[in-house]
Amino acid sequence: MFYREAGDFKTSYSDDSQTFPIRFDRWRYYGVLAIAFGVIPFLINDYWANAVFVPFLIYAIAAIGLNILTGYCGQVSLGTGGFMAVGAYACYKLMTAFPEVSILIHVLLAGGVTAGVGVLFGLPSLRIKGFYLAVATLAAQFFLVWLFNKVPWFYNYSASGQISAPERTILGHAVTGANTTAASKYLFCLVIVFALAWLARNLTRGSVGRKWMAIRDMDIAAEIIGVNPLTTKLSAFAVSSFYIGVAGALFFSVYLGAVEVGEAFGIQKSFLVLFMIIIGGLGSIFGAFAGAAFLVLLPVLLKNILVGQLGWATDLAAHIELMIVGGLIVAFLIAEPHGLAQLWRLAKEKLRLWPFPH
Amino acid sequence: MTDQLLFAAEVTLNGLMAGVLYALVALGFVLIFKASGIFNYAQGVLALFAALTLVGFQNGQVPFAHLINAVFGGHLQSFGWQLPGAVAIVLTALVMVALAVLIERLVLRHLVNQAPIILFMATIGLAYFLEGFGDILWGADIKKLDVGLPQGISETVETLTDSLFGYGFFIDNLDIVATLVAALLVISLTLFSQFTKYGRALRAVADDHQAALSVGISLRFIWVMVWSIAGIVALVAGIMWGTKSGVQFSLSLIALKALPVLMLGGFTSIPGAIVGGLIIGMGEKLFEFFVGPMIGGATENWFAYVLALLFLVFRPQGLFGERIIERV
Repeated sequence: MFYREAGDFKTSYSDDSQTFPIRFDRWRYYGVLAIAFGVIPFLINDYWANAVFVPFLIYAIAAIGLNILTGYCGQVSLGTGGFMAVGAYACYKLMTAFPEVSILIHVLLAGGVTAGVGVLFGLPSLRIKGFYLAVATLAAQFFLVWLFNKVPWFYNYSASGQISAPERTILGHAVTGANTTAASKYLFCLVIVFALAWLARNLTRGSVGRKWMAIRDMDIAAEIIGVNPLTTKLSAFAVSSFYIGVAGALFFSVYLGAVEVGEAFGIQKSFLVLFMIIIGGLGSIFGAFAGAAFLVLLPVLLKNILVGQLGWATDLAAHIELMIVGGLIVAFLIAEPHGLAQLWRLAKEKLRLWPFPH
Repeated sequence: MTDQLLFAAEVTLNGLMAGVLYALVALGFVLIFKASGIFNYAQGVLALFAALTLVGFQNGQVPFAHLINAVFGGHLQSFGWQLPGAVAIVLTALVMVALAVLIERLVLRHLVNQAPIILFMATIGLAYFLEGFGDILWGADIKKLDVGLPQGISETVETLTDSLFGYGFFIDNLDIVATLVAALLVISLTLFSQFTKYGRALRAVADDHQAALSVGISLRFIWVMVWSIAGIVALVAGIMWGTKSGVQFSLSLIALKALPVLMLGGFTSIPGAIVGGLIIGMGEKLFEFFVGPMIGGATENWFAYVLALLFLVFRPQGLFGERIIERV
């Protein structure tokens, strides 16, 4: 009854081409924003921020980034962890070198640095495709992690080899370091996620996104109709790496506070983000959020049930989690290769016809 | 100077031996890729799973002991018997065949005609599942694997080279055995695919799925067969690696090392897997020996990938791969 185009008359081109053309969708979107900005910051406590909301928001950025590269442009990357490490270390170097500059600028600059590195490792994509490229991105993953481990300049010659974020504030509220509040961390991430998701949504709707999708669907055909593969693929690598770099910077500075590169940004992280976009849905911004939410919530939920309720050992719960995640990925690929986003799309189609399906 | 040279020769030789072990894993990849076009990421986990099962059988562990203890209480550990290595290997091979049947039934059959990348991701899911399953089945602690293979420094080689060059080479007995086994495996696989009925069917499927189907070859049977063979190759690799460094999670990471091997050799070539393995094994040892000390060491983690990456830029299909022809 409520999810309808009918009765919603568009009187201008900009009305017609807006992101959410259906009124219900639009109000739902404003509603979610209102809750995210207006309600959750007042209710949030440390447990919810650290276990659920902050990791969810940060992984959502990384997933959007990888989705741009893999879902929209069709270039499979297994180097996400390495690129997140670039963002984290760039952010750390900037934070310690220019303490008076705002952390927000540092985070964005870290994204910029990562974009440069991403373009560098994206260059082989012009020659090689598919699996070969996926394996080539593994070179980025292992090389970058090794680099940050071995070159002391990156961790400012600290004895432990770790990097830890000094305290930085925005508008008088600490967002990194030891004295942060749950709400300020959450809001800081939320603002960045909101801006980046808005940007990604509009990029993928516009000519840039269409070029990416043309390359994904068939690169030779795209080249023939005049899409330049060089700029298209490299722009996908740049934008994607920017997002992943920002995610890495936030992951280090806001979420963890101190990281050891092999542990925080290893190959497992690359796979985790890849799973998020598979389960969420390739080529969908909503899918990136859905996948991130799913894979952040699942371990928390399983841990609460298996360890908290049944009293099992944590390692056993971890193994069962592995099995469930693996099984779910296979099940998703069999039942719905387009992920949660496709289920959502189908639900909307059903809603549009409801209650008179014929 | 000659000392340096001899030392480099020893490093090269050891690198070649390590390369054989990489090639063993890569071989499993190539088999599956040729027959079904699936890039099987789970190959490394298959090796881990095979090694875990082998140790489990040998020591008479109770399957799911940890889980059963957690749910029902109690302290189940083992049945209290020790199986001889050969029996355990045969049992494990049977388990790997059963696993191949299950994978075909539950996963591959439902993913026919999907894009290769979807299948690749499905095998990543499979890898996660098997990893968790193996740990629950047999426990996640690091286990010692010993099926009676010779280990330690080979004294024959040492005394022989000592008398020849005045410098004893250190070479692990296990590496020599691994090399022999790998050679045997490649020869028998080649004979199998060239001279048996099923081998021919396998090559037909690899050549063209639909043409093979139309002359009455059962695709499903071939897939089960290929996954079984890959499982057994994984078992061999698992035994070698498990004996060398213990059965533990890091065993599944050798799959990642096999990827650059494949890229060098080409995804579709069995000799390519061997040659690629040798090049990678030798290259990373020599690089670590000559360049490693200058830039901080531990270059083995990434050297193979960077080498493969540089290589691919010049020859995208690998050394022995079939030429990639794209049609619009």
